[in-house]
Amino acid sequence: MSEQLTGAQALLRSLELEGVEVAFGVPGGAVLPLYDPLLDSSIRHVLARHEQGAGHMASGYAHASGKVGVTIATSGPGATNLVTPLADAYADSIPVVAITGQVASSSIGYDAFQEAHTWGITAPCTKHNYLVTDVNDIPDVVREAFHLAATGRQGPVLVDIPKDVLAATMTWTGGGTVNLPGYKPRSEGHHKQISAAVKLLLESERPVFYAGGGLVRAEASQEALAFAKAANLPVVTTLMARGVIPDSYEKHLGMPGMHGTYAATMSLQKADLLVTIGARFDDRVTGKVSAFAPYAKVIHVDIDPAEIGKVRNAEVPIVGHARAVLSQLIAELAKQLDGEPAPKNQPWIDTVLGWRHDNPLVYDQRPDGPILQQYFIDELSRQMGDTAIVCAGVGQHQMWTSQFWRFERPNAWVNSGGLGTMGYAVPAAVGAQAAMPDTTVWAIDGDGCFQMTSQELITAAIEGFPVKIAIMNNGALGMVKQWQNLFYDGRLSGVDLSGGLPDFVMLAEAMGCVGMRVDNPADVPAIIEKAMSVTDKPVVIEVVCDPEEMVFPMVPAGGSNDDVVLNKDGLK
Amino acid sequence: MNHLISVLVENKPGVLARVATMFARRGFNIHSLTVGPTAEEGMSRMTVVADTPEVEQITKQLYKLVHTVKVTEFEPGQAVVRELMLVKINADPKRRSEVLNAASVFDASAVDIGSSSLTFQVTGTPEMLADFLEMMRPYGVSALVKSGRIALAKNSKTKAAAGP
Repeated sequence: MSEQLTGAQALLRSLELEGVEVAFGVPGGAVLPLYDPLLDSSIRHVLARHEQGAGHMASGYAHASGKVGVTIATSGPGATNLVTPLADAYADSIPVVAITGQVASSSIGYDAFQEAHTWGITAPCTKHNYLVTDVNDIPDVVREAFHLAATGRQGPVLVDIPKDVLAATMTWTGGGTVNLPGYKPRSEGHHKQISAAVKLLLESERPVFYAGGGLVRAEASQEALAFAKAANLPVVTTLMARGVIPDSYEKHLGMPGMHGTYAATMSLQKADLLVTIGARFDDRVTGKVSAFAPYAKVIHVDIDPAEIGKVRNAEVPIVGHARAVLSQLIAELAKQLDGEPAPKNQPWIDTVLGWRHDNPLVYDQRPDGPILQQYFIDELSRQMGDTAIVCAGVGQHQMWTSQFWRFERPNAWVNSGGLGTMGYAVPAAVGAQAAMPDTTVWAIDGDGCFQMTSQELITAAIEGFPVKIAIMNNGALGMVKQWQNLFYDGRLSGVDLSGGLPDFVMLAEAMGCVGMRVDNPADVPAIIEKAMSVTDKPVVIEVVCDPEEMVFPMVPAGGSNDDVVLNKDGLK
Repeated sequence: MNHLISVLVENKPGVLARVATMFARRGFNIHSLTVGPTAEEGMSRMTVVADTPEVEQITKQLYKLVHTVKVTEFEPGQAVVRELMLVKINADPKRRSEVLNAASVFDASAVDIGSSSLTFQVTGTPEMLADFLEMMRPYGVSALVKSGRIALAKNSKTKAAAGP
């Protein structure tokens, strides 16, 4: 049935057809024609206080739900404020669709008010982007944008629409279609490669399953665990993959890399085979690439062919969707084993489990000392079990959360891994809460990170998202301070925040949240319980922490993973 | 080392900028780049000469661009390669015929003439253009412009670089 719609109405109709329930945005001049019919749409609009917040909310929504997050901004500064969240989502392959208004077609190129070259600025930080010049293209562009965001290697897609195109009328004839002749993401892996991979696996004596965030995006959690069990594989999960294989899996060694566990990092160094799925040999995992996993052959499974061979050569490259390829690998393993049990590789398993046993993640919480961040996170995780979603900003608190939270399921860990965007936690938590209204959402934040996006507290309060935020307040940009202490002779430059911190409790209250403060280790369990008892408002807990605590283990930047340092004394 | 890459792309606004931005972002050095329509409606062909040891990454990154349909890397001898050059040679009336004679060896045609210079149009392989310049250098080359290389596969002996 055909009817006359404005471009904005067609856009909203198209978004509704994609199943969009909520969009995070900030209006402005160029999107006025969109915000009017938005009032009549089934899509809920969440008014962020800054477009960066809106973008991270969309990302947090996508992280927690696996669905595409949607954000809306106006032209010019609205769009440029989205650059950081887009780059963030691009680095972590998070499916986000951004709708931006543009100045009227006739003004483009004339340096009009609030004009920016949005598609040019965002082309390098999106999977793809569009400038819509014809109102009739809107349904197809929206369909393609969601298709691109959610399939293949997921990622952000931006749709820039001039104001006159939003206001123009078109004949609606039904939803859009995808016409992308050059876009053909592969699903199944090549059967010869699957066979070669399993052969190599069965020949190996020291294999490790190096599991990456692609497994989360591919919803391959069950298959990943089944494969690990079937092949008796010890597992390491990267920062982006925490939870995709439960930490409680008996051969889980933790996170590898710069701040990973000794067992995880060392297992890669001594392995003779890496089964790498949905991971990209990021520098935070590999350390010095030439010294990384020197004895290992590599099976590399990725949906993005460009990741294979980019950093590390793969003996068996497999391009495909992680879930499909894992199913193939499981079937092929059974076929090649032909009823025999999988190799136990007992000496190797004993070795890596011995490393894990002998080098646990530790902290020393003294009853009369300041609260250690690790202790707070450990206690919070203990109380939450696997019920909560946990978000983090970037820095020490992020690493400690990854280390000390007990991750048991995918989509419960929301953080900025690739881009390392400080300020991610608060808005991401709002987005995660919007996706999962019945789940407790915690944000573990730093005092530095928190101050970058804390204006979104009021968004959480007004829009009814009762997130819980724990600020690990050490009065400094802690990770930078740690590096200055370790590698710049303790010459602290530009990292001290303690002289000018806001009163976080008053700030929280001023933003419509409940503010709390804890500075005694003995009070930590009770303050968490108190925060959990508040269900109708966001809660902010200022956790007054030890300003000198550092994150260990640590592989110094540019160093070999063989040189992992377990504590402060190891650096001397 | 120079690699000759032929890229079939959808003819969409901004596609050249996307390719150029990707090359810049990934640190690939472009020696020359030409773009123009093809026999197929809605498709353009880019011929890129890239100076890099890492041609596989270039191919893969090109395929990641949504408007890229096919990427072909030509090994030497697999394609017919041509380039067009306009070049202005110093030639006062006394030396004009000498320069014209020399140019005729290369099938170069004089397309403009001035009081003290001649402009030639030269078409051929990159090697031939280089030879022409080498021969003309003693007279003095005051200006030149090249089209960049274009290439078409010989018969059907090329294989497309591994697709996505």
